[in-house]
Amino acid sequence: MDKIIVPRPNHLKRNIVILAVVALILGSAIFAGFNPVTVIRNFSKGRRLLGRMFLPPDWSYAPKVIPPLIETLRMAIVGTFWGALIALPVAVLAASNFLNNPWISKPVRLILNIFRTIPAMVLASLFVAVFGIGPFSGVIALSIFTFGLISKLTYESIESIDFGQVEALMSLGANKLNILRYAIMPQILPQFMSYTLYGFEVNVRSAAVLGYVGAGGIGQTFEHNLAWRNFDRVGVIIVISFLVVLVIDFVSSNIRKRLV
Amino acid sequence: MEKITVEKNTSPAQIIYRVINYGGLVLVIIWGMLGIPYKGVMATAQGTINSLLRGIINPDMGYMTNMTIDGLPYAIVETIAIAISGTFVSAVISIPFALLASQNIVGKRVSVAGKFIITLIRTFPELILALIFISVVGPGAPAGILALGIHSIGMLGKLFSEAIESMDMGVKEALESCGGSSPEVLFRAVLPQVSPELISYTMYRFEINMRAASTLGLVGAGGIGAPLIFAIRTRAWPRAMIIVMVLIVTVSIIDMISSRIRKRLV
Repeated sequence: MDKIIVPRPNHLKRNIVILAVVALILGSAIFAGFNPVTVIRNFSKGRRLLGRMFLPPDWSYAPKVIPPLIETLRMAIVGTFWGALIALPVAVLAASNFLNNPWISKPVRLILNIFRTIPAMVLASLFVAVFGIGPFSGVIALSIFTFGLISKLTYESIESIDFGQVEALMSLGANKLNILRYAIMPQILPQFMSYTLYGFEVNVRSAAVLGYVGAGGIGQTFEHNLAWRNFDRVGVIIVISFLVVLVIDFVSSNIRKRLV
Repeated sequence: MEKITVEKNTSPAQIIYRVINYGGLVLVIIWGMLGIPYKGVMATAQGTINSLLRGIINPDMGYMTNMTIDGLPYAIVETIAIAISGTFVSAVISIPFALLASQNIVGKRVSVAGKFIITLIRTFPELILALIFISVVGPGAPAGILALGIHSIGMLGKLFSEAIESMDMGVKEALESCGGSSPEVLFRAVLPQVSPELISYTMYRFEINMRAASTLGLVGAGGIGAPLIFAIRTRAWPRAMIIVMVLIVTVSIIDMISSRIRKRLV
């Protein structure tokens, strides 16, 4: 039988890249002091903590978890609402194909990018310092964070719409507002709603931990109990909020599948 | 000229459907707003905002040029190191999870279980993971790496398995028909084919982890978060502002580099 000989391609460039990446990863691990041996050796400590949290959790504490959890949901809803409301007009400004004016879309995008680089946690701790401890600071942080997220996704879908409808309206002499109302909005609204739901899912998760810096919701309860080392209560909080997040994710992702 | 009229669907069922949908949405939002007490801005807010602005105008440059272990450059580099190592750890662990969740590799029944495990991991907040790992390896960067590494499996595993499920099965079948063993099929057919997508998703996750790594310090898991929250709590605004500004610049640069690479990959 004849052998098929495949010539070996020159892998020099690829190998250099791989070597550089490996060096980068090893360098970071060493710099950060990451040592797998310590991790494995200390594993029993982690098991002990998990045991104190979940074996068994203090179920009698469960009724006290519900009110802050509802507050968390409210924070996520209101934060998503304001964020999405501001995001829609800004996304229209940031889309390069609607106004056709780089002097508007470029700076708007730059500002959006800056908003998106600040983690919600950092925003929350800043607002707690300004507005005081409580869910209000958390809502503002979530609104800004959602605004950055949704407006980016939305302007990207405005840029990828089917332009035929816009051109049809333009050829009839429609002005910008009419084009926006009758050609762009109908095309992007389902996607916009889907992004908003996605933002809501993300927000439920962030709202649950924002309380750690004092921005209201379940995180605050979590932090108190952790500070008092009531690990069995911490376990209850984790289990219940975990279930709520799971249910919300499930419902929301099913609605999103029907939307788009 | 003839007028074109578009008939709207005004059957009662449709109207009721809309009222329930939109009305329910409005009610939910109002319900949410009623639960957020607006206690008014704190009396000190004006002063805080003023000193915040003053912090932006003259940030703590001495902290930025402090090259020792207490300085800003060290903390930023540590944050990047946490993000890189954490992303790498999760990318490696995600591959077996993704294979377990892919319908075309392990069959339908196993893949449902695999997907469920991945979803469970995704819902678990990284901050809580960080707290658990702090009890294992003590406070510091390694706890952050582990927290990111485990938490990212949730998203990477899902994206990886989607990439594997949508791959071209021809190569795999060709190898199998030649009698290739399953490790051979895995390393010669499956992984080479999906690797550009896998690397691209990993880079994307790295961008997210960079932001996460900067907040993990809040609970003591290393990185820039600890000095930041300390500066905010002690109202050291010039220092807090220089940290936020450097963070914005660093994350923007990393986003830019990473998205360039991603565009070239796929």
